[in-house]
Amino acid sequence: MDTMERMALWFELHSLQERYVSVLDNDRLEEWPALFTEDCEYGIIPKENADMGLPVGIMWCNNQRMLRDRVVSLRNANIFEAHTYRHMTSGLDITPVDADTVEMKANYVVVQTRANGESQVYQAGRYEDRVVRTAEGWRYQKKRVIYDTSRVQTLLATPV
Amino acid sequence: MNAPLSAADAAPSEEKLVFFPRADGSRVPYAVFSSQEIYELEQERIYRGPTWNFLGLECEIPKPGDYKSTFVGDTPVVVTRTDDGELACWVNRCSHRGAMVCRNARGNASSHACVYHQWSFDQRGNLLGVPFRRGQKHMSGMPKDFDPKCHSLRQLKVESYRGLIFATFSDDAPMLPDYLGAEMRPWIDRIFHKPIEFLGCTRQYSQSNWKLYFENVKDPYHASMLHLFHTTFNIFRVGMAARSIPDARHGLHSIITVTKNEEDTADAYKQQGIRSMDDGFQLEDDSVLGHVKEYDELTTNHIQPIFPQLVIQQIHNTLVARQLLPKGPDNFELIFHFFGYTDDTPALRELRLKQANLVGPAGYISMEDTEATELVQKGTRRDPAACSVIEMARDNPEQQDTVITESLIRRFWAGYQKLMGL
Repeated sequence: MDTMERMALWFELHSLQERYVSVLDNDRLEEWPALFTEDCEYGIIPKENADMGLPVGIMWCNNQRMLRDRVVSLRNANIFEAHTYRHMTSGLDITPVDADTVEMKANYVVVQTRANGESQVYQAGRYEDRVVRTAEGWRYQKKRVIYDTSRVQTLLATPV
Repeated sequence: MNAPLSAADAAPSEEKLVFFPRADGSRVPYAVFSSQEIYELEQERIYRGPTWNFLGLECEIPKPGDYKSTFVGDTPVVVTRTDDGELACWVNRCSHRGAMVCRNARGNASSHACVYHQWSFDQRGNLLGVPFRRGQKHMSGMPKDFDPKCHSLRQLKVESYRGLIFATFSDDAPMLPDYLGAEMRPWIDRIFHKPIEFLGCTRQYSQSNWKLYFENVKDPYHASMLHLFHTTFNIFRVGMAARSIPDARHGLHSIITVTKNEEDTADAYKQQGIRSMDDGFQLEDDSVLGHVKEYDELTTNHIQPIFPQLVIQQIHNTLVARQLLPKGPDNFELIFHFFGYTDDTPALRELRLKQANLVGPAGYISMEDTEATELVQKGTRRDPAACSVIEMARDNPEQQDTVITESLIRRFWAGYQKLMGL
């Protein structure tokens, strides 16, 4: 892969990440599952467990249907205070595995604004992703959200 | 010692900090949720009183030297496994100038040294060494009457029951099995009947008083009202067999169970027009609600608070020991210690991990609890003398086969008043 190809690939994957952030930050949750493959794995796990090799996290889905269930539940069943996320990402690092598979890492900070109008750093952490090329474009086959902010403030409803 | 827990030294003439208008726990003054004075008294009479405080699971610190930092109330403590395999617990505060000795959440160490002046302590908290104790050259050291034996870290009594570690500051605490009591032990034994494996922690921080969470786990009435996931996706029905059992002596511990039967009571909801009944939603993947029968009966929910800082939970096949820690009158932290059994099949282990989606900070059937406790905190702060109204099933206090009751909450407050001398 020459330099231009690598830059183009980085740009494509950065665009995927920007789209991911955009659906979460702008209340378009219904579009979120479609950014994953049907057989995807999505998990949010505290860094302390990840560091110790322990498996438990606060959300774990092993197919796209579970992601859609999460959205239906958030829209219709769960009760939580209205809030907004703003994701800031940095340090996107890509490692091609083969022509259609790339592993990537990035840092994120989520600023949450709650109903009283206060904005706070809700979570800092990193993404560890595996993306694959599909007919619809790049999609997440695996997304591991590893959060540093081990104390979850109040609750976590919207995915990170 | 089987006497009910009560405040030993509450002087009768002492003016009470708050006024409970009824002795049966059916009226609770809001002051108990936000008063700093009450909070300070709780640290003294509850967390440093005759209680056993949950610290963690033995399988978190299996090897000699393993340790974990945690709290009894808001006092930082360290629990360690000593080289001879026993458990020890000490206050994490150097006996020299008061610095925290252990700065890690977890680790393994044969001894612990304070970074400030390198005073070092053994795994039990006994003082091992003081640098320059005998001085150097012309510079003098510690005085001749300095006795290291008198300057250990403050040590707590620590015991375990079926792999659950508890500690107490008090010499007046009953033996641990007696403290847990005859009503609670069979239910603990049920969950901890074979070796367990630690699967990790998650932590949740709520801007509300710790007792609001205790009320919540003694409140089967809210389950199908607040947690709409149950009824939206047909998990929990009012017709299931239920138990709501308090500790018979003081009511501070309790257990709620809900057990599946075949009876379909969806009609009961529809007739009452409760918002939680909605036939319209189906999970695309209902494996999250799978249930492998592991015990005598098919109990979907086992919620067992052991006062003051443990809640044992089995929901479907998720197993959790929740540690409840007060962080001032307005905040608490919940630490969910997930576990499985060492002989889990890979499929059962995967089911436990998948069902972690049900509980914890992002849990389908638990995320609302901290939302509710924060709503109470915000709603009550301004009017300390006003009271909660806790009446459900008050005229049937002995009934235990019900979830439509607030009897466990009333028993809790009656026990709390006695222990606090209020």
